[in-house]
Amino acid sequence: MSRRTIRKLTNLVALGLSACATAIGLVFLGAILWTLFKQGLSGFSLSLFTQMTPPPGATTGGLLNAIYGSFVMTLLGILMGGPIGLLAGTYLAEYGRNTRLASVIRFINDVLLSAPSIIIGLFVYELVVVPMGNFSALSGAVALAIISMPVIVRTTEDMLNLVPQGMKDASTALGAYPWRTITSIAYPAARSGMVTGLLLAVARISGESAPLLFTALNNQFWSTNLGAPIANLPVVIFTFAESSYQNWIQLAWSAALLITLAILLLSIIARVLVSRMSPGGARR
Amino acid sequence: MNEMAAVGGTRAARHAATQRLLERVFGGTTLAMALLVLLVLGGVAVSLLRGAWPALSHFKLAFLTREIWNPVTDEYGALAAIYGTLVTSAIAMVLALPVSFGIAVFLTELAPNWLKRPVGVAIELLAAVPSIIFGVWGLFVFAPILQDTVQPWMMDTLGALPGVGMLFQGPPAGIGVLTAGIVLAIMIVPFISSVMRDVFETVPDVLKESGYGLGATTWEVIWNVVVPHSRTGIVGGCMLGLGRALGETMAVTFVIGNAHDIATSLLAPGTSISATIANEFTEATTALYRSSLIALGVLLFIITFSVIAAARLMLMRLDRRALSSV
Repeated sequence: MSRRTIRKLTNLVALGLSACATAIGLVFLGAILWTLFKQGLSGFSLSLFTQMTPPPGATTGGLLNAIYGSFVMTLLGILMGGPIGLLAGTYLAEYGRNTRLASVIRFINDVLLSAPSIIIGLFVYELVVVPMGNFSALSGAVALAIISMPVIVRTTEDMLNLVPQGMKDASTALGAYPWRTITSIAYPAARSGMVTGLLLAVARISGESAPLLFTALNNQFWSTNLGAPIANLPVVIFTFAESSYQNWIQLAWSAALLITLAILLLSIIARVLVSRMSPGGARR
Repeated sequence: MNEMAAVGGTRAARHAATQRLLERVFGGTTLAMALLVLLVLGGVAVSLLRGAWPALSHFKLAFLTREIWNPVTDEYGALAAIYGTLVTSAIAMVLALPVSFGIAVFLTELAPNWLKRPVGVAIELLAAVPSIIFGVWGLFVFAPILQDTVQPWMMDTLGALPGVGMLFQGPPAGIGVLTAGIVLAIMIVPFISSVMRDVFETVPDVLKESGYGLGATTWEVIWNVVVPHSRTGIVGGCMLGLGRALGETMAVTFVIGNAHDIATSLLAPGTSISATIANEFTEATTALYRSSLIALGVLLFIITFSVIAAARLMLMRLDRRALSSV
């Protein structure tokens, strides 16, 4: 075989393998989504949204309390983590842009962004659960807030950096203080990007399970008390999937489908918002 | 007339004073919130160490070297959990690396434009699926497949080999260290390939075009131009994936088997640091038990944070905006 043929063959084989790798990735995505829909949809009924999680041995039951608990904790989490993240991101992009402090904070934030969530759970256990004396919805929300924070900081900073400097300079030239420039010029210009960050953060925390195991725990009953344990979809999946009751396993699948649908929907909305924000962002 | 000017002057002065005050309040608040990020990391380290102190001072260094984990006699060692964490992550990396590289190559150099975007989005959606879904899927769908078909085959072929054979022996349980490693690999492929793709896209077209101009094939351009140019980014992306694999909890907990043993066979059940914490934390009855679990958390904190920090340092040199997906 000539050297040329060998080179061409190597090229063909390598590129073929890379196409195979992509196919493998897509096959697994398809397999997971397919099972999720097949198993989850068969358990979808009205009672899923109207009844509480069943006790062992019961044949009926739904996920109402878990859906409510997940919703409340995610909402509280983003209400706490959102403003903190937005303001911290503002500092990194505007006030502290080129300072040493900002680059340290940026680095730590990036580290927190990929930190294992179970460690955040242990932290909140020590920080909130131990002083309060019991597991509670509030501590779950705090854990979710801490997990959402780095996501929001990062996207807020990136989006504010996309606002043209000329626009901010024009505002400064009119005599506006930085706070006025930021709130009246930069925020409106970067709004859809910042909303995207919030949506991505909601997507991230609504599927978090590990930190809720030692903060919100679980609750078989309807509870609106923030100081008490509360049911939530991820922990329900965790307990029900490992049980031996058929209807519990069915509910775990339905809960899994619910969460995944919510997250995929949020991710897709976020994607559409970003592609509207900047021509460069339309690429992906 | 003069009076009016004076009134206007004080109003302007008052307005300026309000503006300055608002400026100080707003600027100060953003700084305080930014400092909160540092405080969280510091708080994590301090509170974990405080919680782990009873166990660490009781067992001392033996905590790291003992395999025993016995709630009945209240004796704990972290070796089995550390072993499980490292081995599952190693399996995940070995499997995920080539696949991620292939996906990144496909997306940047090979795919036609109409295919690039949908495939890229699909892979990124895989990254958005929460880890507990991978766990449930692994337990109910993937583990049975492994148990019925793949593992018996492995035992017959790989298990018969001298040397490495002992890694693939024992009853095919379906769940175990190997299964956990494979599920982890599926989980981290989207992360690593997204980083790699973003890094590949930072390679200037001129460099690639000069390669093609010299008559190189697509693969030769990738291997000799794109890869060397993005070496740091590739390693950083891999370590980011590794950090994720080391700390992943829910996907592992379902399929690793939760046995505090170090078995030679990869098919045997084991445990990992995160799986142990997730399974046993709410059942920990004694103070020493709970403290030992938090001590495991400290170990995980040290391992993952050093890996992630190294990864971030490597990726920092690149344009941050190029890395949109992490």
